[in-house]
Amino acid sequence: MQTFVTLVRRELGAFFISLTGYAVMAGVLFLLGLSMTLMLKSLNATPVAVPIIELFYETAFFWLIVLLAAPVITMRSFALERASGTYETLMTTPVSDLEVVLAKFTGNLIFFLITWLPLLAYPLIMKRYTSQPDAVAAGPLSTTFLGIFLLGCLFMSMGIFASSITRNQILAAMNAFAMGLCLFFLSFVSKMVPLGDGLASKLAAHISMFDHMGDFVRGVIDTRHVTFYVTLTVMFLYLTLKVVESRRWK
Amino acid sequence: MIEVDNLTKRYAGHTAIDGLTFNVRPGEIVGFLGPNGAGKSTTMRILSCFMAATSGSAKVAGHDIFTQADEVRRRIGYMPENNPLHTDMRVREYLKFRARLKGLSRARSRERVDVVTEQCSLQDVASKVIGTLSKGYRQRVGLADSLVHEPDLIILDEPTIGLDPHQIRSVRQLIKSLAGKHTVLISTHIIPEVEMTCSRALIIRSGRILASDTLDNLRKSVNEDSQVVAEIAATEADLKQCWEQLPEIEYFDIAPAEGEFLRCSLTGRAGADLRQVVFDTVHSKGWKLRELTRNRHSLEDIFVRITRTDKEEEGF
Repeated sequence: MQTFVTLVRRELGAFFISLTGYAVMAGVLFLLGLSMTLMLKSLNATPVAVPIIELFYETAFFWLIVLLAAPVITMRSFALERASGTYETLMTTPVSDLEVVLAKFTGNLIFFLITWLPLLAYPLIMKRYTSQPDAVAAGPLSTTFLGIFLLGCLFMSMGIFASSITRNQILAAMNAFAMGLCLFFLSFVSKMVPLGDGLASKLAAHISMFDHMGDFVRGVIDTRHVTFYVTLTVMFLYLTLKVVESRRWK
Repeated sequence: MIEVDNLTKRYAGHTAIDGLTFNVRPGEIVGFLGPNGAGKSTTMRILSCFMAATSGSAKVAGHDIFTQADEVRRRIGYMPENNPLHTDMRVREYLKFRARLKGLSRARSRERVDVVTEQCSLQDVASKVIGTLSKGYRQRVGLADSLVHEPDLIILDEPTIGLDPHQIRSVRQLIKSLAGKHTVLISTHIIPEVEMTCSRALIIRSGRILASDTLDNLRKSVNEDSQVVAEIAATEADLKQCWEQLPEIEYFDIAPAEGEFLRCSLTGRAGADLRQVVFDTVHSKGWKLRELTRNRHSLEDIFVRITRTDKEEEGF
């Protein structure tokens, strides 16, 4: 446990002493601010009767943040250690491979969530200036963050896996981005194929991240969605663990 | 402390180490000597449980390096080649991080960090960012890291590479000061380093141990055909005749030196010390003698002799 906490602190600390960390935070802040502005503009033009957070999600900057920020956050995790050689000093201390993988995952996930914190401020600002008492509901807001958390788990584990198989950070980021983009485009499938009862369309509906997130921002927690993210996260963490272990294969 | 038995590591297509067997006793400082690519780093990586060997077994402090890797890692301080460090951290912060990672309690790690900071003379740079330090300081940070958890065994992979002579000297002194308390295994291809710091040398080439002995014994083993150089004032013909008559001399070579002197390089038969013989001869003939020296083989010669491949030998 001690080593796990030490590693998480190091992982998280590295973001705050590197330029990359601040660049990501600034970028996310910019995109969040942009969607806030666009949302206010559209609200001024045509009033709609949905919670603010749902409107916010529909500006689609949301996906840009997930797709772009996640690879940049995770690219350094293993690739940098491999490139600089500190991987060797790390793996010769009495830490288990699982501890290292989980610590990297946790550290990256916490940072990912920190970059989303400004999102909390916007509904509060809206609440201060709106006359509508239920424009900002606590329910949808918390399920939105649950959705962000689950998406974060998936994208962080995916990114860490991409980072573990290379020593080049750029390559790690591109691989993670490509995998994220694949999932993202697969989400369109359910919109394009005609809905039916066939297996294909059912499957398409299950893997559509749009549908998942759409439910979350409306305040719906569907355990099927939760299972989807949890299993994929576990799978990528397992793969990463195997990559880390592979150095000791005979 | 280290018992290595028939350790082999094969990569796709080539064998990095091939049936390595050696022992290191507690408290010894052993130099691991070999040309580049001989398998030094591979052996050290396996011993420090970073990777697994293809076959064979090894024990560190009685613990198997494959099945009890955690126990072994707790007892090893390992500094890899090129000494990788987190360059974005401050020295003290880094050492504390490493100490905690190695399982020291908060209070104990604070205490140990203070001790190793002093031991490695890092007090002046303790709050500096590692990336801004000179190479010598970085090397000392790496050493401090490998010492911080008081390991029984310290494995240093080329600890003085890329340092200036002053820094090399201070690093060597530091390593020497570890003798007795810790067992140290140093890899290097710099020979004087072994001469100055180690009590025993393991010479390795293409993944095989070629020699493993104390430096004195290694010297003796190649000193047998010792050579004596004498500068004598006499005619070449006289000298030639004289050396040919002496039974102790295997072969000789005469070359002109400054002034009236001739420089004779004499090689004696197995084990004979020619200095006495030469002096007596010169004395009886009434020649003038200006120099009489025995060429001691430096470790460098030993190393070159032992690690020279057959191909090179033929071309000699």
